[in-house]
Amino acid sequence: MQNPQVEAHALLLARLQFAFTISFHIIFPAFSIGVSAFIATLLVLWRRTGKPHFHTLARFWTKIFAVAFAMGVVSGIPLSYEFGTNWSRFSLVAGNVIGPLVGYEVLTAFFLEATFLGIMLFGWQRVQPWLHVTAAVLVALGTAISGFWILSANSWMHTPAGYELHDGIAWPTDWVAVIFNPSFPYRFAHMMCAAYLTTSVVVLAVGARYVLGGRHQAEARTMIRMGLGMVAILGPLQLLLGDQHGLNTLRYEPAKIAAIEAHWDNDGPAALVLFGWPDERAETNRAAVAIPHLGSLVLTHDWNGRVAGLKDFPRDARPPVAPVFFAFRLMVGIGLVLIALGLTGAWLWWRRRLFTARWYLKLGSLAWPLGFVAILAGWETTETGRQPWIVYGLLRTADAASPVSAAAVATSLALFVVVYCAVFSMGIWYIHRLIDKGPSPGTLATPPLPEALPNRPLSLGARAQADEGREPPA
Amino acid sequence: MNPAGLSGAAYWLPLVSAAVIALAVALYVVLDGFDLGIGILFPYFRQESQRDQMMNSVAPFWDGNETWLVMGGTGLFVAFPLAYSIIMPALYVPVVLMLLALVFRGVAFEFRWVAKPHHRRWDLAFAAGSTTAAFAQGLILGGLLRGIPVAGNQFAGHAFDWLSPFSLMCGVALVIGYALIGACWLAMKTSGEAELRARALARPLLVALLACVALVSVWTPLELPRVAQRWFSWPNLLYLSPVPLVTAWLALRAWRALSTRHPTRAFYSAVGLFVVAYLGLLVSTVPYLVPPAITVWQAAAAPHSQAFIISGMAVLIPVVLGYTVFVYRTFRGRVHPGEGYHH
Repeated sequence: MQNPQVEAHALLLARLQFAFTISFHIIFPAFSIGVSAFIATLLVLWRRTGKPHFHTLARFWTKIFAVAFAMGVVSGIPLSYEFGTNWSRFSLVAGNVIGPLVGYEVLTAFFLEATFLGIMLFGWQRVQPWLHVTAAVLVALGTAISGFWILSANSWMHTPAGYELHDGIAWPTDWVAVIFNPSFPYRFAHMMCAAYLTTSVVVLAVGARYVLGGRHQAEARTMIRMGLGMVAILGPLQLLLGDQHGLNTLRYEPAKIAAIEAHWDNDGPAALVLFGWPDERAETNRAAVAIPHLGSLVLTHDWNGRVAGLKDFPRDARPPVAPVFFAFRLMVGIGLVLIALGLTGAWLWWRRRLFTARWYLKLGSLAWPLGFVAILAGWETTETGRQPWIVYGLLRTADAASPVSAAAVATSLALFVVVYCAVFSMGIWYIHRLIDKGPSPGTLATPPLPEALPNRPLSLGARAQADEGREPPA
Repeated sequence: MNPAGLSGAAYWLPLVSAAVIALAVALYVVLDGFDLGIGILFPYFRQESQRDQMMNSVAPFWDGNETWLVMGGTGLFVAFPLAYSIIMPALYVPVVLMLLALVFRGVAFEFRWVAKPHHRRWDLAFAAGSTTAAFAQGLILGGLLRGIPVAGNQFAGHAFDWLSPFSLMCGVALVIGYALIGACWLAMKTSGEAELRARALARPLLVALLACVALVSVWTPLELPRVAQRWFSWPNLLYLSPVPLVTAWLALRAWRALSTRHPTRAFYSAVGLFVVAYLGLLVSTVPYLVPPAITVWQAAAAPHSQAFIISGMAVLIPVVLGYTVFVYRTFRGRVHPGEGYHH
């Protein structure tokens, strides 16, 4: 640990470990946020309309949700401990501020979702239908509340506010300013929209797959309609939210925007670099294709607006340019594809060709991973773009790590990689299998038997009856 | 015990926070304790239908139960960032081991059902994950009790300082303890052969746990003079003398209840044993959070942060406990063979 070389290794490994574990993790909560809202919507629709296919669909997606949620939980717990194991200096410096936000996430969201999940998953025949629907709504609400707090904590690391420093340690002075720090409203809206959009694409893709295969027609069409409707609305909305978020970033983290745009010189109106290879050593872009003035227009909403360039920042205060530049383009590219998917689908729907346009259904069925890739690319953009800071302007990443040996971090990183790849690839395979199998109608739609409701001991006869109304074990 | 000059909020807030964290850890140890215990006992139940019953008996609850672990870890981060930033690097290896083991244990709850009939590997993941997680928690406990070297408010030891015969013994003791409350839970919540088997396993486990408690009680003061000082100085000795008596009474009660088929009483007596042992450990370490260097007051977060989170806890923890009780009531009663409320 005395050897600075070793510490540099430990730091890099700790960063890799956090990037790996959180990237794996975010896939599942993003999906859980969307699916839980979808299931709650289906159950409410079922209660209001009485149409059995809503119930069939709710049960089907609940099975998938259960598997995804479990993976989200177990991949999330390591993160709450990693702050301490790998980032103890960060915990010490930012703990007074970040800690309570995470604490409120546990108190208001984790317990809510984890506890009512029991009723949502296992209460189909145990509780009154209204209570079961309520449990599903509470789980969906819990996932969104969780997003609120964790994005507030994350946003504070980008745009810290409402604190003062005592001996290098942040002390909160104004909780409202901490929670609603300048980038939080934008980041929260952008991420929640991303979660709902990503899930809508998955729902659309699953529906398209069944229609193409000629299976589960009623359920598939409902999925396509609901998924497509959301994509058509949320896709363009996400563009608007992303634009606003970008303007906010320009104001508070200009170096990140300069890296996103690979904008080196602040010597006139900014061009918009479409493609190119940012060369950090030469401080220029190679093989760049750029549109003059467009950068100014997008970023300042002014034809001749000036934007800070990377050269305005000392080299040790610039983020790595290439990863941020490419990740951003990947995210925006996918966003545009999804907007096209939504608008095309809406047009086909209006022309009454939605369920017969096989080319469109084929494309739709393949689109399911796009949202996840865009989410990962977006986080790559914003987190790498904040470097070299872990808390912008307050604590450098290099000063935030724990006094642990590189060997310890390397071993745990290797174990996380092996375990996550093995376990979660199995989980994703099981989700694939559940989708492949599809919803099982008929027996699933049996309403709960009054005898099987609580407040009365289950008699053997009622139990046998209830068992008949149940699907065979999956 | 009051360090010089502290009064008012600066004195009380850290104590309240510490009490809340202690409560969260206690709830975790008991609630996830029987979940983990069921996993530990999995190899002793061979039939698939019995294993289904065992898993079904906790399936609706395990997620909420495990959340208390997040509450404990986060609570430490929130209220005592200094202690958190020392303990986690010091206990790096067992903490990572526990987290990885909990991954296997947690996913097994869902994967085992969707993998059927090829679920054997998840039976193994459930059993090995539960046992390893329990053992790692014992290592963490042992490592923490023995103390952590601190210099300049940072962990100043080596990666394996926590490893000692004492911490290994704590690991074994915790595995046995969890297995006992797991067996008592099963005796209460299952029926048929699973129930009989659980009851048969519970009695030797009770004896083994008492042996462990006795061993820890002798070993800890021998290993750690500050603990001996705490327990065997006058008048502490007088105040603490009921502890072994209560332990003996609870053990006897559990034994009788197991013999006379009062599984609920046996379960609560076993939980009582856990609570008494836990209180004993607290008595041994108070007011240190990182023995023997850092007290609750030294490690405390800014008063503003403590006040903010404590006011939230005061409202929200009762609410959480309320709906937790509600869910336990919803799924009350035994899980019978072949019966599954699995989705």
